[in-house]
Amino acid sequence: MPAVNTASLPDIVFMLLFFFMVATVMRQNTLKIDNNLPFADQVEKLDKKDLVMYIYAGKPSANYKSFGTEARIQLNDDFAGVRDIAAFIAAERASKREELIPFLTTALKVDSEANMGLIGDIKQELRKVNALKINYTTKKGSVFGRD
Amino acid sequence: MAKRAAPEVNAGSMADIAFLLLIFFLVTTTIETDSGINRKLPPMEESDEDVIIKQKNIFTVLLNGKDQLLVEDEIMELKDLRKAAVEFLDNGGDRSCDYCKGKKDPASSDNPDKAIISLKNERETSYKMYIAVQNELVAAYNELRDDRAQALYGNSFSDMEANYKDVNWPGNKEKLKEKIDQIKLDYPQKLSEVQ
Repeated sequence: MPAVNTASLPDIVFMLLFFFMVATVMRQNTLKIDNNLPFADQVEKLDKKDLVMYIYAGKPSANYKSFGTEARIQLNDDFAGVRDIAAFIAAERASKREELIPFLTTALKVDSEANMGLIGDIKQELRKVNALKINYTTKKGSVFGRD
Repeated sequence: MAKRAAPEVNAGSMADIAFLLLIFFLVTTTIETDSGINRKLPPMEESDEDVIIKQKNIFTVLLNGKDQLLVEDEIMELKDLRKAAVEFLDNGGDRSCDYCKGKKDPASSDNPDKAIISLKNERETSYKMYIAVQNELVAAYNELRDDRAQALYGNSFSDMEANYKDVNWPGNKEKLKEKIDQIKLDYPQKLSEVQ
């Protein structure tokens, strides 16, 4: 029985490789907080990742216990206060093309254990800088079901 | 010196290298996109003139710090919220809304255009509960819009919206947009949050 010709194997693999290279989006931020998103089922997809600004909030994860147990905001790679949001939005807007700015959405990735006081503050801050399109990022699932 | 042919590079390990890279990208790829509930915040500048809204046209939902729900001054379970909201929105008390299937109770909302849901939460309310309530209220609107779309165009509202976003959908997008706008006009989403 003749051996199967494997000369084209690299080509096939390279083809797959290029597909995944193009489709890959590297994880942008290292989370320093617990981020267990709540469940909801009336959700809309948040496509166009380049038009999304992410604001994380939750209580500091196990490695960052020294920052307390209260829920905190994380912007980019570090903890931040409510006051930093305006500067963050301005920086994000500056990094995008001008014509895209009206389409920017702010995704709030907030831990389900956080309380609404923090979210209210974030929303107030976003209103001040006129970033009105927001998205409460959730996992898909029933609101009654799993805890 | 005798002329030698250049030695051929051994490409046998090429596949291995490519596989290594392939596996790396396979592992780091996240193809799935985030999803969530979209909301629009009210702009900062307040209009000076007070809009007078009749009490019966407001559906108040209060969420206290212990995640308890008070709807129209009555304690309610989360699972009953959707039904109560649908009943309120679809009431059609002034009989101007010919597509409403509600009870036409004069003590409840006049028509879907006037009906407003007002949501108030405290600082101690948990985010999970807040999202659950938001989800139920959005679900109430979606339910009514789906019914309306089914009655008018024989297609559910969510399907129509999905088609509108789908680049490969073969139908007439402008007509579809008109239909979607018509339904949004019939059941406008009026959800206000009290600070």
